[in-house]
Amino acid sequence: MSGTAEQTLRAEEMTLNMGPQHPSTHGVLRFVIRADGEVLREAVPDVGYLHRSIEKIAEKVGYHGFMPYTDRVDYVCAMFTNQGWGMACEKLAGIEVPRRGEYCRVIAAEFNRIASHLLTVGVLGMDIGAMTPFLHALREREMINDLIEELCGARLTFNYMRIGGVAWDLPPGWREKALAYLEHLDPILDEYNALISYNKICIQRLANVAPISREDAINYNLAGPNLRACGVKWDVRKDLPYSVYPDFEFDVPIGHGQWGTLGDSMDRYMMRIYEMKESAKILRQALTRMPDGPVLAKVVRNFRPLAGECQVRVESARGDQGWYVVSDGSGYPWRVHVRTGSFAAMGIIQKLSRGLMIADLVVLIASLDVIAPEIDR
Amino acid sequence: MEPLQIYERLKERFGERVLETVEKKPDPFAVVDPGALVEICRYLCDGPELAMDCLSNETGVDYKDHIEVVYHLFSYRHRHGAVLKVKLPRENPQVATVEGVWKSANWMEREIFDLVGVNFEGHSDLRRILMPEDWPGHPLRKDFVEPQEYHGIATVRESPIVRLDRQKKK
Repeated sequence: MSGTAEQTLRAEEMTLNMGPQHPSTHGVLRFVIRADGEVLREAVPDVGYLHRSIEKIAEKVGYHGFMPYTDRVDYVCAMFTNQGWGMACEKLAGIEVPRRGEYCRVIAAEFNRIASHLLTVGVLGMDIGAMTPFLHALREREMINDLIEELCGARLTFNYMRIGGVAWDLPPGWREKALAYLEHLDPILDEYNALISYNKICIQRLANVAPISREDAINYNLAGPNLRACGVKWDVRKDLPYSVYPDFEFDVPIGHGQWGTLGDSMDRYMMRIYEMKESAKILRQALTRMPDGPVLAKVVRNFRPLAGECQVRVESARGDQGWYVVSDGSGYPWRVHVRTGSFAAMGIIQKLSRGLMIADLVVLIASLDVIAPEIDR
Repeated sequence: MEPLQIYERLKERFGERVLETVEKKPDPFAVVDPGALVEICRYLCDGPELAMDCLSNETGVDYKDHIEVVYHLFSYRHRHGAVLKVKLPRENPQVATVEGVWKSANWMEREIFDLVGVNFEGHSDLRRILMPEDWPGHPLRKDFVEPQEYHGIATVRESPIVRLDRQKKK
């Protein structure tokens, strides 16, 4: 063979395409990667593949009609988008939700949070090469889906809530089933921790990977578990309380960096585990203390709030979800905008990707828990 | 601090350049002069008493006679928020970017540029984010007309019921 090593071994920077159809990009999103061997120079996210212009649809279908569309904003935890939309309309029109309705909302939402976090931790396991935890997590999630199906007839896009409350009361015997599931969940979470969370390989893959500082997290507008993992004690349920959350006792876990650096992927992963336990705590209190009464306030079918605008914030599984609604007094909203946790989380990836290994980019995406339809809406 | 107190403070500091404050609708907001926007945002972000360290939401609204860009600010230190607005003309709306104050503005301004068509002067990477690069117009403008096809792909589909009816008639 002739030629020097430089001529035969090409060592220039590579431009690679990751996605849009890629098993570990969590839906349809694409990264344009500039890499030097295995080390990333930069990963530039390219989103919009799932854009359905839901905000434009809202302007055409009216207030009640938009509720099923909100499910599609984030199909992994659709209860929160339902609740956010309901709360925004209620704030505009000054409607008060009956207490039992609020309890139903909280119960449905917290079950949905557990289901969503189970999917997140399971998929994260799969992304780093562990198939078994994914199956364990999905088995538990399936049971929640069954419970929610009994509640509202759907397993993914629930359309359970209405402006002024929820569509249906809990079915007979549901409360006992739900409590039994919570009894079952606690030991399962410990088992899950033993299987993967405290697994040496898992910790080595996640600890010290892509840490986010507290300042960056706030400046980039991260929300929910991603923000708390950086040590910011902020939970909308506690700090800007809505619904009946002030009735319940629960903690807001934050990251401490005990596995590596504060705000690294391990901290973000553990946030989800902790939060499932807190959700179970809330659920137990809500299920045992439920008041009697109606679940849906009387809301006219021809719903026309006064002209005005408001923003409501809901603590969704992917963080602080802000619904900004402008009404012009007609039966159709003038403008709807939803600010989501995934959109903000995608914005920080380009910065964090510099200097990461390609395999760690997958960990970063999974630990930030981005859901493509929530970015693109 | 309540939003209205924040707006009072802004008025004291910036005088005429805070054009209007609206008390209850149901969220109160302040309309500011687009020319002074970055200065006002800096003041809100950096001052220790207000410390609005997070731009939690930025969006654009088309009101048919003008366009508004809405900024929802929040302070994690003091747990208070404020809403700022700038009013822009509908023809060639332009406003300075606040990316230098809050990094999160980068993506949100790209989205506003894409869907509402506001130009952000000084933005580091102003290109479409959700729609395809060659999409005509800005979908969240009120006068946007959806094109019938995109690169030979039809964007509208006949209702299956209408098609069935037509087949029956044959």
